[in-house]
Amino acid sequence: MSAVPIVDAKLAQRRVPLIDGVDKVTGRARYTVDLDHADALVGRILRSPVSHGDIVRLDVSKARALEGVFAVITSDDCPHTYGVLPVAMNEYPMARGRVRYRGEPIAAVAAIDADIAEQALALIELEIEKLPAYYTSEEARAPDAVLLHDNKPGNLEREVHHEFGDWREGFAQADLVREEKISCAEINHAQIEPHACLAEYDPLTERLLVQSVSQVTYYLHLMLSRCLAIDESRIRIIKPFVGGGFGARVEVLNFEIITALLARAAAGKVLMQLTREETFLTHRARPQTDITLQLGMRRDGKITACACQVVQRGGAYAGYGIVTILYAGALLQGIYDIPAIKYDGYRVYANLPPCGAMRGHGAVNTRHAFECLLDRMARDLGLDPFAVRRANLLKPPLLTLNGLTVNSYALGECLDKVEKASSWNERIGKLPPGKGLGMACSHYVSGAAKPIHWTGEPHAVVNVRLDFDGGITALTGAADIGQGSSTMVAIAVAETLGIALDRVRVVAADSAVTPKDNGAYSSRITFMVGNAAIDAAEKLKTILTEAAARKLETKPTDIEAVGEVFRVRGGGEQSSLLFHEVAKAALVDRGAITVSGTFTTPVEAQGGKHKGGAVGATMGFSYGAQVVEVSVEESTGQVTVDKVWVALDCGHAINMLAVEGQIEGSVWMGMGQAMSEETRYLEGLPAHASLLEYRVPTIVESPPIEVFVVESHDPNGPFGAKEASEGALAGFAPALVNAIANAIGIDLDEIPVTPDRVMQTLIERRRQARLAQSLKAAS
Amino acid sequence: MNAPSQPTKKRLLRLKLNGRWREDAVAEGELLVDYLRDVAHLTGTKRGCDGGECGACTVLVDGEAVPSCISLAVRCEGRSVETIEGMATQGRLDRLQRAFHEKLGTQCGFCTPGMIMAAEALLRRNPSPSDNDIRAALAGNLCRCTGYGKIIESVKSAAEATS
Repeated sequence: MSAVPIVDAKLAQRRVPLIDGVDKVTGRARYTVDLDHADALVGRILRSPVSHGDIVRLDVSKARALEGVFAVITSDDCPHTYGVLPVAMNEYPMARGRVRYRGEPIAAVAAIDADIAEQALALIELEIEKLPAYYTSEEARAPDAVLLHDNKPGNLEREVHHEFGDWREGFAQADLVREEKISCAEINHAQIEPHACLAEYDPLTERLLVQSVSQVTYYLHLMLSRCLAIDESRIRIIKPFVGGGFGARVEVLNFEIITALLARAAAGKVLMQLTREETFLTHRARPQTDITLQLGMRRDGKITACACQVVQRGGAYAGYGIVTILYAGALLQGIYDIPAIKYDGYRVYANLPPCGAMRGHGAVNTRHAFECLLDRMARDLGLDPFAVRRANLLKPPLLTLNGLTVNSYALGECLDKVEKASSWNERIGKLPPGKGLGMACSHYVSGAAKPIHWTGEPHAVVNVRLDFDGGITALTGAADIGQGSSTMVAIAVAETLGIALDRVRVVAADSAVTPKDNGAYSSRITFMVGNAAIDAAEKLKTILTEAAARKLETKPTDIEAVGEVFRVRGGGEQSSLLFHEVAKAALVDRGAITVSGTFTTPVEAQGGKHKGGAVGATMGFSYGAQVVEVSVEESTGQVTVDKVWVALDCGHAINMLAVEGQIEGSVWMGMGQAMSEETRYLEGLPAHASLLEYRVPTIVESPPIEVFVVESHDPNGPFGAKEASEGALAGFAPALVNAIANAIGIDLDEIPVTPDRVMQTLIERRRQARLAQSLKAAS
Repeated sequence: MNAPSQPTKKRLLRLKLNGRWREDAVAEGELLVDYLRDVAHLTGTKRGCDGGECGACTVLVDGEAVPSCISLAVRCEGRSVETIEGMATQGRLDRLQRAFHEKLGTQCGFCTPGMIMAAEALLRRNPSPSDNDIRAALAGNLCRCTGYGKIIESVKSAAEATS
């Protein structure tokens, strides 16, 4: 791909409110449950009361006979597996023969109202013969454990063993080798909109319309076709407004398929509204993770080798698991210069709701361990945490050991920004008791370079349409889930054409009219869809320029476009045309114009040739550095975050306002994971399944976050842009743990750093100190 | 065959909704959020949880911010209820709506109606709130997108606006 960044000083100044923001602040925005469902049946799901067992009897006849019930379905109505990865579809929308987690769907009903639907569920007769259930990776991996899936010995979904460079030699050359065991609790996306789906099946035309909370409507389209055995052309998917995703809605979710199955069985329209508890049960979030990390370091802070073992408790089904465990290893690279790496990953099945992708997919927990260990080794060697990071910076452009391309890289500048803004050098080591500063770095991909479904199509397609009214309509399959992707598309088109933003309207994610898109995941939209939007707009601009030239009787090369005026270079007022005049001229003989813009990731950016080498590959990484300031109360273990300074290299901020919003939101989400969020299960029963038990930070404990946007102008990014939504997340937790170490001298090995964990570590430290003292006295 | 569900007992509810009096037959156990969404068809008020956890359903009852998912509709007899739909007048955004839009106090938008209503209750009783006043007033409203910084900025900006 040619490296032609479009440099326009205007762009950096832009703070564009979301083009759909007015709908959101007025309450006009229609989310799935707000769509017209006056004549819809109510869908409800029967869920497994046990964690693991064989279904020996399932009788729905009484439920079917209840007046007001239009459909009752079980896995007999859908004997097809589904899943996000073509190589790992081992899940049925409703359990078939065996249940593997508490809350797994078993049957579903559609009835005229919620009361009758609930009554129908109660009439379903279910008998399950219990099997031993496993709630930790250790239990599930025990030699005598019953297998969750017969073809997966050891209850391992996937083992990964990667070696790059001579790691033994690397450790031999180190002045210091240190190992840490770090654990991160399972967390959930907790997007504020609960899951919902509205499906309508017309038996006369045999067509299915599904409107759902999806981040990737294309995956939903594929899986509905597979599970309902309907031709793809008979399905239409529309994404209404979506109240957050963060990865929860990338995979097709069981309730979406169930709603469509119900609609077909009932020959009508069904609305499925999940409760918050069911939304938690649907899960697909960041797995509980145990990390054993060893680093070798020279006296000057240079890393010589890394050995990392990661065990993820993935839950009962495959989902995204293979990708998550690969990401955890792959993204050890691409941020620092590490000459040798050994990675061993284990994705484990357990009798809990399946995990999946969550903001910072796969990278967050390993980055946490890595940045904590870097700090501890810096301390051992008497080095400043900033100096250790600076000793290991990359020198782009380069290809990492595992084949990841790094073309733009301003991590050094990010470090400078937060070091200065936090007055690190003036304050570190001089803060009052109980106060501390900590820092860490992180990175993330701007779109996975290789899509899951490899079809040979471009990575992104955007159509731009011009008709008699002079309005420009950008058609994209990209799902705006609140991140502002439709606004980004509008800006990219308007900027390229040199027209007013409000001349552009964006139609997004309706399979009947918008081109297929791989959706909102891996922070791909700005980079890939942005480039496709620019490509489409450039093609339209060529057409408009040619039309203006014809009309003004000159050569296209003599036409210049300034704002919405096309004119002959050096000509007077007579030789200029307004945009709508040019648009009309362009339509002569050909009528309405639709041009298609595309973006394709070149093969050389698609990752290493080793097995799993495509995971982690991207056209451009974002890079972040952050400093966290904390206060810790030693008497209670209470940690308060006083302030955060974060700098992110996002290449170029196409919309500074949205970029700030994404950086603040991602840092804050990292704070939730670090401070308080944790799913807890009691014998497989979720104890966290409400927004009171699952502790998302409130506005009260959320600190000011000062954002610095660093622009490295990526050679391939749209206007030089890279992603801005995920890269900063992973830096928060380690910066916090490092700040707590700085404040009260304890190294926490588990997150979230709840007061009880802090107290436990403090008590252990006091016990060790007393022991040392009495040993000294005795000797 | 089992008997269909018992018909629920209803009564006439008279209330002032976004400035207009209206009467509806509502079930005694009907939640305010369901009345607003299903009877009055005002779907701007959102339900984000299973009861009183998230604040997305916040509306004003006689000017007080109330979670409509744990309030009974019939308790609003003779009272004034205001929702997000009542905020913009004659095609003009209210000061909070404008600020949340311009300052990006909204991202996915699902918490936004409740957040704006809670902030409106605050500004009515405290026209120039400090950051901590804003934090206290919005403590029951969860947002998962913004990290709250731009929400505080939006409320402050609205407070400074003269509209």
